[in-house]
Amino acid sequence: MEAHGEGMPAAHAPGAHEHAGLDEELGFLRTYLFSTDHKTIGIQYMVTGLGFLFFGFMLMMLMRWQLAYPGEAIPLIGGLLGDSRAPGGVMLPEFYNQLGAMHGTIMVFLGVVPIGVGGFGNFVLPLQIGAADMAFPKINMASYQFFVVGGIIMLVSFFLPGGAAQSGWTSYSPLADISPGQTAWGIGMVFIITSSLLGALNFITTTIQLRAKGMSFWRFPFFVWAQFVTAFLLLLAFPPLEAAAVMQIMDRVAGTSFFLPAGLVISGQQLDYTGGGNPLLWQHLFWFLAHPEVYVLVLPAMGIVAEVIANNTRKPLWGYEAMVYSILFLGFMSFIVWAHHMFITGMGATMATFFQTTTMIISIPSVVILSALFLSLWGGSIRFTTPMLFALAFLPMFGIGGLTGLPLGLAPADIHLHDTYYVIAHFHYVVAPGTIFAFFAGLYYWYPKATGRLMNETLGKLHFWLSVIFMNGVFLPMFWIGLAGVSRRLYDGGASYAHAQDVLWMNVLSSWSAWLLGLAQLIFIYNFFVSLRRGQVAGRNPWAATTVEWQAPSPPPHGNFDRTPVIYRGPYDYSAPGHAEDFVPQTQEA
Amino acid sequence: MSEGLIPYITEPREDTGLTNGKIGIWLFLASEIMLFGAFFATYIVMRLGADHWPHGWEDQNVPMGTLNTGVLITSSVTMVMAWASLERDDLKKFQMFSAVTVALGFVFLVIKYFEYTHHFHEGMYPRTNTYLATYFTMTGLHGLHVIFGMAVNGFLGVTGAGYWKSGHHDDRQLLINRVENAGLFWHFVDIVWIFLFPVLYLL
Repeated sequence: MEAHGEGMPAAHAPGAHEHAGLDEELGFLRTYLFSTDHKTIGIQYMVTGLGFLFFGFMLMMLMRWQLAYPGEAIPLIGGLLGDSRAPGGVMLPEFYNQLGAMHGTIMVFLGVVPIGVGGFGNFVLPLQIGAADMAFPKINMASYQFFVVGGIIMLVSFFLPGGAAQSGWTSYSPLADISPGQTAWGIGMVFIITSSLLGALNFITTTIQLRAKGMSFWRFPFFVWAQFVTAFLLLLAFPPLEAAAVMQIMDRVAGTSFFLPAGLVISGQQLDYTGGGNPLLWQHLFWFLAHPEVYVLVLPAMGIVAEVIANNTRKPLWGYEAMVYSILFLGFMSFIVWAHHMFITGMGATMATFFQTTTMIISIPSVVILSALFLSLWGGSIRFTTPMLFALAFLPMFGIGGLTGLPLGLAPADIHLHDTYYVIAHFHYVVAPGTIFAFFAGLYYWYPKATGRLMNETLGKLHFWLSVIFMNGVFLPMFWIGLAGVSRRLYDGGASYAHAQDVLWMNVLSSWSAWLLGLAQLIFIYNFFVSLRRGQVAGRNPWAATTVEWQAPSPPPHGNFDRTPVIYRGPYDYSAPGHAEDFVPQTQEA
Repeated sequence: MSEGLIPYITEPREDTGLTNGKIGIWLFLASEIMLFGAFFATYIVMRLGADHWPHGWEDQNVPMGTLNTGVLITSSVTMVMAWASLERDDLKKFQMFSAVTVALGFVFLVIKYFEYTHHFHEGMYPRTNTYLATYFTMTGLHGLHVIFGMAVNGFLGVTGAGYWKSGHHDDRQLLINRVENAGLFWHFVDIVWIFLFPVLYLL
C-alpha cells in the first residue's frame, strides 16, 4: 500500500458533499432517476444489480434449508411465506420449483449481467477510452428503464395466481408451456432482452467512435476489449431467445404448438391442442443464447481481473496481444458450442462429435487468458490490496470451474454427469467464486473513482477471507454429491434415494456455508455504505494506475475530464525503466 | 447537455468515416437479422417436422400478397425520395414524401387486416396448425415493425420543419442523418417482407 497517494494531483480531491459534480440545474429526478450520464446509469445498474444478486441469493438460502433439512419447518421466517407457499413453514414442492427457476433467472439476467455489463461497463468503459459519455445517452437511460421494468415483472410474478415460473431458468418446453407463471417470465425476458440490445449497440458504437485522440485499438485496456466482445455477444445471441420467448408466449396465450408435440397427456387427460411442434427447438434457441451468455457472464470478469492484476503487480500484462486475440476467438467460438448442453437429447453421434470438438477448441483461448494472467504474476512486486486478493482468488476458482467443465463437454462423461450436482458445482465455480469475486475486485478497485473515497481495507480483507472459505464450502461438496449420482432437481436433496445416503451430510455442510456466506456479505454492505462518508479520501489516482479513468477527478464530473485526454502509450506501462515513478499514465507524452 | 459532449453526431469521425447513428442503426439491424433469422429457422424446423404442410397459395390470397409487396417496395422508393429531397434543400417535398411513405405503410396494414379477418372468418387461427402459427407470428411481428417504422417516419416528418427552419447547419444535418437512418430501418422492414412473401405465400 506504499503507492497510496504517490504521483497523483491531490489538488482536486473532492469534498465530502461535492456530489459528483452532476449538473445541479437538472433537479433531483433528472440527476438521479432519469439521468443520461453514463456514470449515474452505471451506478444505478450496479446498485440495482447488487440488490437483485442478494435477493436471488436469499431465494437460494431458503432452498438450502429444504435441501439440508427436508420436510422440516423453516425457522424464523417459515411462517411468513403464507399457506400457498409453505403451510406450517414447510416448503411446498411447487414453491421450491419457483425458487429454483427464479434464482437462476434473477442471478443471470438481473444480477450478474447488469453488474458486469450495465454497471462496470457503463461506468468504466467511457472513462477508459477517454470519452465524455456514451454515444447514445438517452438510449442508455432507456436501457436501464427496460431492465427495471423487466425486473419488476419478474418479482411481481411471485404474487400472481399460480406463482412465479417453475420450470428452471432454462424454461424447457413442453413443461414451461403448461406450468403457471411462465407468461410473466416470458414478458419479463422480452423487456430484459430489449434492455441488453440497447446497451450492446451503445457500447459498441461508443468504443468505435468516442475513443480519445491517440486511443488506437491496441492501446485499449483489456477491460475495454472484454466489454467490446461481450457487447457483440449480447447483440447477436439474445434475439433468438427473444424469438423463442415470443413463441412460448404464443403457445401459452394464443394456443399455438411451436414447442408442443402431438399427444401430450397430463394426469390421464389428453391436452387440447393441435401439436406438430418441436420441444427441442426451444432448447436450441435457448442455448444459442445461453452459451454465449456464459461468456457474457465471464468476459467482463476477466477484464476486471486483468486491470487489477496489472495494477497490483506493477508490471505489464504478460501476453496482452495473445489475450486480445484469444478473447476475440472466444467470442466467435461461443456461437457454435451451444448443443453441448443437449448431449442427452438423442442428437446423434455426428452432431455430438461436432459440438464436442468445438467445445474442446473453445477451452483453448480460455486457458490462454487464464495462463497469461497467472504468468503476469511472475516477477511482479505484488501489492496484496483487497481488490488484488479477490482478483487472485478468481484465478484458481475460475480454473476449477473451467477444468471441471471439460468432462461435461465430452458426451460419454456428460451422459453420467448430466443434471447432477456436479453440473451445479461446475458452473457455479465459473460464475459465483469466479465472476462474482472478480466483481468484488472491481468494486473495491473502482469504488474510489465513483465516490471519491476508498473502502475500508481491514473490513475488505475480512470480507474476502470469509467469502473464500464459505464460497468453497458451498460448492466444493457438490462435486462429490454429483459424482455420487444425485440429481440436481430433487426437492428433498436426495434424502429418499438409497444412492444418495452417503453424501447427504454434505448437503448440510453446503447449506451452513451458504448461510454464513450470506452473513459475511453484511460486512461488505456495511463497508460499502459507511465508506461513502467515512472512507479515506482517494484523490484521482489512489492505486497509482496507468489507465485513463484515473486521470479524471474522483468522482468525475458530468463530461468526465477536466482536460481533454490525449493518449500516447499502451495501457500497462508499469515499472518502465527511466521514469521516476513505477507507472506512466497513458496520457503522458512520450 | 449531453448532446454537446458527444462528437460525431452530425459529422462523421475521420478515421471511421461514420457518424454514431449510422453505426448504431447497422448494429440494430444486425440484431434484427438474428431475431428474424430465428423465426425463419423455426419455419424450417416446423415445416420439416410437419405431417402435412400446405402450400402457401392454398391458404393465402396471393394477389393480395403481391399487391402488398408492391405497396411496400413503393414506400421504400418514396422513403429514399424523402431523404433525397432534404439533401436537395426541399423541405416541402420531404414532408410530402414522408407523408406518402407513412400512408403506404398504412395501406399495407389495411390490406393485412383484410387478409387476417378473412382467415379468422374461415376459422383459420394461430392454433389451427403450425403453418398458421408460423404465418401469424412472423407476419404479426413484421406488422409491429411496420407500425414502429411509421411512427418514426411520422415523427420526423412532423417535427422536421422545426430543425430545418432553425437554419443552423448542424440541425439540418442532424435531420438528414435521422431520415437516412430511419430509411435504413424502413428498407430492412421491406426486405424482411420480401423474404416473408415467397416463404409464406409461394412455397
